Amino acid sequence: MAWVQLIVFCAVLLAIVPLLGGYIARVFTYEARRPQTWKQYAVSLITFSVLSWLFLYLVLRARMPWDLSFNTTSSFVTNTNWQYYAGETTLTGFIQMVGLAVQNFVSAAVGLVVAIVLIRGIAGRPLGNFFEDLTRAVVRILLPISFVGALILASQGVVQSLDLPVASQEIIKVLGTNGGGFFNVNSAMPFENPNGLTNVLEMLAMLAIPASLTFTYGRMVGSARQGWTIFGVMFAIFLAGVVVVYLAELQATPAQQAAGLTGANLEGKELRFGTGGSALWTVVTTATSTGAVNAAFESLTGIGGLVPMVNLAFGESIFGGVGTGLYTMLLYVLLAVFIGGLMVGRTPEFLGKKLEGREIKLIVLALLVTPLAVLVTTSIAISTDYGQASIYAAGPQGFSESLYAYMSQANNNGSAFAGYTGVTFADLLGGLTMLIGRFAPIVLTLAVAGALATKRVAPAGLGTMRTDTPTFAGLITATVVIVGALTFLPALLLGPVVQGLTTQLF
Amino acid sequence: MKRTLISSIVAVLASTVLLGLVYPLAVTGIVQVIPTREVVLAEATHVGDARYFQPRPSQTDYSADATAFSNRGPNSSSAKYFYLEQIAAYRAMNDGAEPPMDAVTTSASGVDPDISHENAVIQARRIARVRSLPEAEVLALVGDDGHVNTTKLNEALDR
Repeated sequence: MAWVQLIVFCAVLLAIVPLLGGYIARVFTYEARRPQTWKQYAVSLITFSVLSWLFLYLVLRARMPWDLSFNTTSSFVTNTNWQYYAGETTLTGFIQMVGLAVQNFVSAAVGLVVAIVLIRGIAGRPLGNFFEDLTRAVVRILLPISFVGALILASQGVVQSLDLPVASQEIIKVLGTNGGGFFNVNSAMPFENPNGLTNVLEMLAMLAIPASLTFTYGRMVGSARQGWTIFGVMFAIFLAGVVVVYLAELQATPAQQAAGLTGANLEGKELRFGTGGSALWTVVTTATSTGAVNAAFESLTGIGGLVPMVNLAFGESIFGGVGTGLYTMLLYVLLAVFIGGLMVGRTPEFLGKKLEGREIKLIVLALLVTPLAVLVTTSIAISTDYGQASIYAAGPQGFSESLYAYMSQANNNGSAFAGYTGVTFADLLGGLTMLIGRFAPIVLTLAVAGALATKRVAPAGLGTMRTDTPTFAGLITATVVIVGALTFLPALLLGPVVQGLTTQLF
Repeated sequence: MKRTLISSIVAVLASTVLLGLVYPLAVTGIVQVIPTREVVLAEATHVGDARYFQPRPSQTDYSADATAFSNRGPNSSSAKYFYLEQIAAYRAMNDGAEPPMDAVTTSASGVDPDISHENAVIQARRIARVRSLPEAEVLALVGDDGHVNTTKLNEALDR
């Protein structure tokens, strides 16, 4: 039954990709009235984000202390939606509506336009104008889909009133890969996600734009195969994750077994979704950088909790966030081209453009800044009393909570092992991590786009490495897995892997 | 630079008006006039009363106003003791029947109204006995679906 659902789900996703991907390509194929250089584009993006930050901070201060406001503001401006607060008790419906939901739209739009700029750079086109792109992203893509989606969700029972404007926020929460729940238990709450149909629609909304952008990319560089190659890589890793979580969650946890229980682990899950609907959601929400949950991640089995962390370790490139996923994956692709070039002893070329020292340095920096932020902040958090104050669970689970918190915030995902609690130290360190994990890669990606845009295109020759073949897809996959594994394997072994292997209780 | 600053201010204000007010209010308005399905949550009203179907354990006493996960980890020893207590309570209420997993684990939302079919059948036998009803009559309410809604079942029992 769950397998049939999975096949249908994937078929619908495959139908969406060319339709929406083609539409997005059309929206962003136009001549900007005020073309910008990459630096001007970056300055506009940062200025807009800083002002958004200040505005939201002031709005949230109405109900939050300064440290929690800092964390929450950083969280929503960076498209993370990490939540150290409980929506329904800390905030009012009005504040969620005019504060958080607005950032759900525009932070997604910011991620989207950065991906578009990188595509334009690769295609050798003018980079465009930030404000014109931002307007198109909101008005032509996010808002119309959200409007229809909100009404569909509401018709299925998702609440929408002046006190509880949930449906209008729920749809952009998933479509914009934001993830911040109106309610503390997020999409597990029947008012956010009442039945199996809404569960499927919300999962499709999370994947819709990140998956479709691979097609947009193929269309805009003039080769559909380039886009499908990247989609194939993402899809394969995604499916592997789904299978592992599903099989893991069909087992009882060690604590349940010790109490004499058998069967699927249902702690922190909703019966209307079951093991299948919860497992699929868990992978969708962490492969995309959404972070909305319909089950409690802290209560997953060890291996079930490992998969979300692996998705985070891959830098949110397996579909990833709106825009952020594609540009991160494209950076991996460029790195794979460089590695492939070294292996065959030729100057690495991508779509006719030579990759040189400057680009490679920028790419490596962009891909390493987030893992570096994760490892440094996690080390600080687990080795100090300030950091340990946030830990809830005993044993390796306490370490998993800390690692997950900083992986999730640095990669702008927002899901959590929710026992980990916010104190001033965690608010500040986490807020800072989100800002670094968001804006450092964005500026570096724009710089890569700027460097590529002006390069001359050399015609493909006999020695040119093809980048639209299954062999190259294998090389991309290996690059993503090796970079992620080399960076995070030791940390993952100490947390979820230990828990997946032992029956000991702590 | 000045132009960038002005454009940014305009963008922040315009998006707040359009996305923070016009859009959600328009959705709210339309929702008033389109058909919407009713969502039923688990209720605390009959918890502990053997004459009614019992929903799954809740971390928050079935509160819809302040939801929270239990965050019980897979290797938590306190979780084991929680399960042992739940198992003992279930057996005591249901004539020594072994509880299915859903009956002793907390739901994610704390207001999950559904229980597994297996759980519902065990409880239907108890309810028939306590209320002196024919077992078949209560089992007919449960039906054949994989999971059933306790709030709706309890409403049916009261009719």
